Amino acid sequence: MSQQITRIPLEAAIPPLDVAADRTGSPTGKPVPRRRRSKHRPAWEEEPSRLGRAGKAAVLTFVVLAVVFPLYTVLLTSFSTPAESLHSGGLVIVPGELTLNAYTQILSGGVVTRSVLVSVGVTAVGTLMSTTVSVLAAYGLSRPRSFAHRPILFIFLMTMFFGAGLIPTYLLVSSLGLINSYWALILPGSVSAFNVVILRSFFMGIDPAVLDAARIDGAGDWRILGSIVLPMSRAAIAVIALFYGVGYWNAFFNAILYINDNAKWPLQLVLRSYVLQGVTLPGASSGAANVTQVAVSPLPLQMAVMILAVIPILMVYPFVQRHFTKGVIFGAVKG
Amino acid sequence: MTLDTLDGHRGEVSDPVGDGVASGAAPSGPRRIGWRVRLKADRSLLIMVVPAVGLLVVFTYVAVLGNIIAWQDYSPYTGFIDSPYVAWANFERVFSNPLFLDAVRNTLSITAFQLVFFFPIPIALALLLNSVMNPRIRTAIQSVVYLPHFFSWVLVVTIFQQMLGGAGLISQTLRQHGYSGFDLMTNPHTFLVLITMQSVWKDAGWGIIIFLAALGTVSPELYEAAAVDGANGWQRMWHITLPALRSVILLLLILRLGDSLSVGFEQLILQRDAVGPGVSEVIDTYVYYQGVVNGDWGFAAAAGLVKGVVSLGLVLGANRLAHAFGEAGVYQKA
Repeated sequence: MSQQITRIPLEAAIPPLDVAADRTGSPTGKPVPRRRRSKHRPAWEEEPSRLGRAGKAAVLTFVVLAVVFPLYTVLLTSFSTPAESLHSGGLVIVPGELTLNAYTQILSGGVVTRSVLVSVGVTAVGTLMSTTVSVLAAYGLSRPRSFAHRPILFIFLMTMFFGAGLIPTYLLVSSLGLINSYWALILPGSVSAFNVVILRSFFMGIDPAVLDAARIDGAGDWRILGSIVLPMSRAAIAVIALFYGVGYWNAFFNAILYINDNAKWPLQLVLRSYVLQGVTLPGASSGAANVTQVAVSPLPLQMAVMILAVIPILMVYPFVQRHFTKGVIFGAVKG
Repeated sequence: MTLDTLDGHRGEVSDPVGDGVASGAAPSGPRRIGWRVRLKADRSLLIMVVPAVGLLVVFTYVAVLGNIIAWQDYSPYTGFIDSPYVAWANFERVFSNPLFLDAVRNTLSITAFQLVFFFPIPIALALLLNSVMNPRIRTAIQSVVYLPHFFSWVLVVTIFQQMLGGAGLISQTLRQHGYSGFDLMTNPHTFLVLITMQSVWKDAGWGIIIFLAALGTVSPELYEAAAVDGANGWQRMWHITLPALRSVILLLLILRLGDSLSVGFEQLILQRDAVGPGVSEVIDTYVYYQGVVNGDWGFAAAAGLVKGVVSLGLVLGANRLAHAFGEAGVYQKA
């Protein structure tokens, strides 16, 4: 930056020889000072004006900061001592004294620990089930001329147009006796027709010659699915699994509906009640005898609960990044 | 029609050699096999579909039958069978209820507000990102802005509370410097702005994916030719980029209209207590509170059913509209 500034008067004095610079002359006709061209910029494209470039940088910086900054302060606060948090009047912006206290406290038994276990369990079982069922259904629907193909596909597609509605679904779940059961958090939304259709179109894209060869060699459909289709579509299946997983992890309203017993709450509900609604954590430390009542201000504790809710997302995010934008879904969305 | 387009296999069914008269009537294609044989051959495929079909049938198709309570004075103790039939009484109550009408009004105003203040943002961001030349920087920014899409609404609302709430970061900082703080989370007057900011924060980055894809399909030669012919950056954007995005924008706009009765249920129900139902009650939250919380089951089911039927009509209408504009329509996308 400083280099450029020193260069301006020098070059402004010399008439521009560069053709590109000439063509991009400013509206006033004055020559624009030359800058280092980005090697990614095509030759025909004019350099953006200094003002435009600064404006663009400012907007993009703002956008990135708007996402990163809140996460940063929350993370930092969760690692800060209560004193530090009090001192800065709440969230901590400048790192001071750091500690793992908040995490050891909420993870040593008690409400938060239990809810993390519930969420992990529901997410794991739900994802496994949803993915298995969807892969099977997608393969079962991947041969358009198979028996009753159209009516079955129709059953799936119809669910993309309408839902049963909240009240009927609630009554059904309760008449199945699933109130206060973890299955109520899994079963009602366990199959997404959309995901099945995406997987199906991926399976249908597999070269039929490969499958025919296997069939001629005597492989049945189960064998073909297990030995050929599954290995060939690992990335696609993983993306679908991920979608289901994120869905299960982030769900909270189904727990409001179906889980009346606080002890069975998933993490998102604990987050809602103890952070968003500001209910004090009952005995965040009571579960562990070794933790004496250290006066931990609730804020670092609360922020630690938030971070717990983010961690699984951040763990799978690099994978999403790699596979998602170029992957199956993208192709499907593009049509 | 959706099935045809979705398959893309229609051509396979009709016999290309079928230049005869009754191609549909004569079942005498050489590939016609008895259904028993086909059932046997496709047995495994059918078994594979069973679990998913079972779950969908129970939790969508059977559940949908529960809507009969909209015509009943339903109570959980008497059950579906014995609850008295009340004809259209519940629906009459719904339409004459000022709170329901308020909820409809809130729903529509939130949809309209977000259409104006949310919808254009991903487009603008996509254009901006597309103009960033360095692919590394571009990917890095993308990675950051997509991220909140994967956060739960609880987390997003909590983050906003920590930033813009009464005890939030900005208020605290203002107070420390002698200004008065504010609480955006409980202020009904700014609620529309607040929830739009939340939606933008969570989903604008995600929304740019589809626009970036459309931008990626524009041939660079078009830009080059235009530049050589003397079109400046704005002219190229107006005459090349925006026309390339036109169909995507139109499609998304139409689909959004088809979805206009469903606005951020999870987002709103989290904030209803803080800001009050006056501005945050939408049809979905109203149904929940009337039914599950207040126990007026038949009434709530009727309200939900009205919304569901109107929504279905809007979605189908939107899809038809999209087709009319020459777009593929969403249900063909897969």
